[in-house]
Amino acid sequence: MSASTQTLTDDTPVVPPKPEGNGAGLGAFLSGRLRQVGIFLALIAIVILFQVLTGGTLLTPRNVTSIIGQNAYVLILAIGMVMIIIAGHIDLSVGSVVAFVGAISGILIVQWGWPWWIGVIAAILIGGLVGAWQGFWIAYVGIPAFIVTLAGMLTFRGLTQMILHNVPITPFPDAYVAIGSGFLPDLGGGTSTFEPLTVILGVVATIGLVGSQFRERAKRVKLGLEDEPRSWFLSQAIFTAVFILLITFTLASYRGTPIVLVILAALILIYSTVMHQFVFGRHIYARGGNLHAAQLSGVDTKKVDFLLFVNMGLLAGIAGIAFTARSNSALPGAGTGFELDAIAAAFIGGAAVTGGVGTVTGAIIGGLIMGVLNNGMSLLGLGTEVQSFIKGFVLLLAVAFDIFNKRRAANASK
Amino acid sequence: MTNDPILAMVDITKTFPGVKALTDVNLTVERGEVHAICGENGAGKSTLMKVLSGVYPHGSYEGEIVFEGKPANFSGIRDSERAGIVIIHQELALSPFLSIAENIFLGNEQQRAGRIDWNATNLKAAELLRRVGLAESPVTKITDLGVGKQQLVEIAKALSKEVKVLILDEPTAALNDTDSAHLLGLIDGLRGHGITSIIISHKLNEIKAIADRVTVIRDGRTIETLDLHADEISEERIIRGMVGRDLESRFPEREATIGEEVLRIEDWTVHHPLEHSRIVVDHANLYVRAGEVVGIAGLMGAGRTELAMSVFGHSYGRDISGRLYKNGQPIQASTVKQAIAHGIAYATEDRKRYGLNLIDDIKRNVSGSALGKLARWGHVDANAETVVANGYRKSMRIKAPDVGVITGKLSGGNQQKVVLSKWMFTDPDVLILDEPTRGIDVGAKYEIYTIINTMAAQGKAIIVISSELPELLGICDRIYALSAGRVTGEVDVATAQPEKLMQYMTQVKE
Repeated sequence: MSASTQTLTDDTPVVPPKPEGNGAGLGAFLSGRLRQVGIFLALIAIVILFQVLTGGTLLTPRNVTSIIGQNAYVLILAIGMVMIIIAGHIDLSVGSVVAFVGAISGILIVQWGWPWWIGVIAAILIGGLVGAWQGFWIAYVGIPAFIVTLAGMLTFRGLTQMILHNVPITPFPDAYVAIGSGFLPDLGGGTSTFEPLTVILGVVATIGLVGSQFRERAKRVKLGLEDEPRSWFLSQAIFTAVFILLITFTLASYRGTPIVLVILAALILIYSTVMHQFVFGRHIYARGGNLHAAQLSGVDTKKVDFLLFVNMGLLAGIAGIAFTARSNSALPGAGTGFELDAIAAAFIGGAAVTGGVGTVTGAIIGGLIMGVLNNGMSLLGLGTEVQSFIKGFVLLLAVAFDIFNKRRAANASK
Repeated sequence: MTNDPILAMVDITKTFPGVKALTDVNLTVERGEVHAICGENGAGKSTLMKVLSGVYPHGSYEGEIVFEGKPANFSGIRDSERAGIVIIHQELALSPFLSIAENIFLGNEQQRAGRIDWNATNLKAAELLRRVGLAESPVTKITDLGVGKQQLVEIAKALSKEVKVLILDEPTAALNDTDSAHLLGLIDGLRGHGITSIIISHKLNEIKAIADRVTVIRDGRTIETLDLHADEISEERIIRGMVGRDLESRFPEREATIGEEVLRIEDWTVHHPLEHSRIVVDHANLYVRAGEVVGIAGLMGAGRTELAMSVFGHSYGRDISGRLYKNGQPIQASTVKQAIAHGIAYATEDRKRYGLNLIDDIKRNVSGSALGKLARWGHVDANAETVVANGYRKSMRIKAPDVGVITGKLSGGNQQKVVLSKWMFTDPDVLILDEPTRGIDVGAKYEIYTIINTMAAQGKAIIVISSELPELLGICDRIYALSAGRVTGEVDVATAQPEKLMQYMTQVKE
């Protein structure tokens, strides 16, 4: 009885039906995507700001290359983190897992003399095992992820220090180091203005991405399902192309394509697709959006939780290798605070604390905002204390913007 | 009975968006009486009490409340409590990890110079506990008490506030017989201390035992007030007031073509998930045939939802025993996935909490239970998904411009159509619809009934759980009555008498 009246009062009013077809203008369409567009505009604004403040140093080919190198591992972590946050969990252990996997790879490759690539694969798989361990407690025992991964943060930090005896392992083989700081081979032999392989890859990627967007749109139009205004679609496509090509030529005029960028790009592509187009991704959104409804729809939410943490472990493993390779040493204190950077990236990128909302690309853009802020402020000679202060502020503003936006939308529908 | 009304509610009308919950309701309560309010689920009893206690503040309803001779304009629950009206909800509002005394004085802390006076707190609490006949120390934690004793703590809390009118919403629904008897005795005793009680209950025998008068509410209107002392009022007489409404043409016509038995439930017994010893469904037996619409009637706490959810992949309860047969063959369905695979679908009574992902759009909600049908190697064909969802949007007449609309923004009726679409997409043989028209306005109800008829015409076996008897009588072929977890009767709608059904529903275990 009380439940029935409750339902009545809670009842959200009916949305006034929008005019069918393309009657809704571009403005209305954009305002519905304020968050997506806004975060991107924020990144561009921050880039322009620091470009001006640093007198053009920010976007020099050399500095762009170094921004990618410095942030790749946090961005890799952010991919896994945003998925976990969408499901309504959190993972505090990734920084320690980064250090742990790095240490394992050091022991296998440097101390035991395993071939570098076997060592890398084994270390990443151990990252996956760590994820399975934590996933087991979270999914099947039912301990909140916050607690399990807080414990993991301490445990795996401790384990790392124990197996390293608190002494860094160094140096690594060149092939291993290249994963973090190497480049794809220079086809121009170091003489060309624009390194040819990078240009080829960039152009192929642009054509591939934009081409597939056009193909998808053509399919939707044929089925009569297209709801995006044409102008929006075109500007998106143009933007994608310009963005990739700009980065391509910037990188090509320095030392070419960082290997870690290839890894990162592949991961972004794979995970965006998984989250958008695969059953597993859908189940993650369903689990985070309404756990009970997902369970009553036949989704095995425990399995989803478990696999999410296994996946996070694997990604933390990859990030651990990338970081260790870049520093050319397995450090007992590696990765400290990475979990917070990854979490901040996800939230700046539009993920909701309550779960069910977020995107991989959003988290990447969120991570880039933090990365550009870090780099720009370093260039300006600001200390880490100021950087930390500003980054905290940006995180708060981004989430406040989200809440403001949500309220506005709620009022608009009344 | 002296003619000294402590409370009068005059011409109360309360409207929610799209629904009129109360229409010109009148209620007069005499000082010192026990006044029962009864009516079907959804008749408007709780809404009326929420108006009285200020949960719905003055101004959000029409009409007047006169309390102790003066007009009362309560702006909130604190306001009404200050005046001496205290409501005890069905779901108890106690903080489990605080002590009895702390709970009694929560928000009304016994303090001296800003510091809590624990001695005064515990002494006063002990005195209150004595008054309600609860032999527990005031420092006992709430979580260590059973529901019956918690109920008494609530009453002690009400007494600490100098209560004049005590409202109890289904106080015995969750109690066993001994606890119920004690509670009723206590309410009876309070009368001697000048405390007026309003008790909402489904249990007619209890009403007969302790109430002085009973007001019957139906469809948000007061039907009658009966004096239980004046005449010989039988339970049947009260039931007539509760159900006596004509079945207008609120239900679409249907020509039933009934086929073979599709699902049979035998000896189904379910225990409460937390209180292990409590049996929620007790050796239930029922079956449903192809093209048949079977109703399950029962009052609050009869175990209807629990029965349905435990059948649907053991989503409720523990120590579930009994047998399921699909088309005559025994089946195992201990997970939701298995249940769906066996062609069983369950549309929940609480769409918002259990049915929909409210922050996602129509198409993803529709595809949610059968995503595998749209996927190859785990890859979802998003275009096919949109086509499917659009098909349901048209056939179910979901009022939304496209299937990308977030379900949280739809009205109750349209949300329900999304839920039904989702289950139709799993291509079920048996659909269990739990309160399919709850919180939906009259026009949309008719549409839902039409959808149910179409499903039945397609040969689906349909089980409808509903609190509204007329609805069950209007759309079902057969109805099972459930009371206290047991199937107490089965009636054929063609020859059914609502009174007989209500008797089954209120039948108490001998």
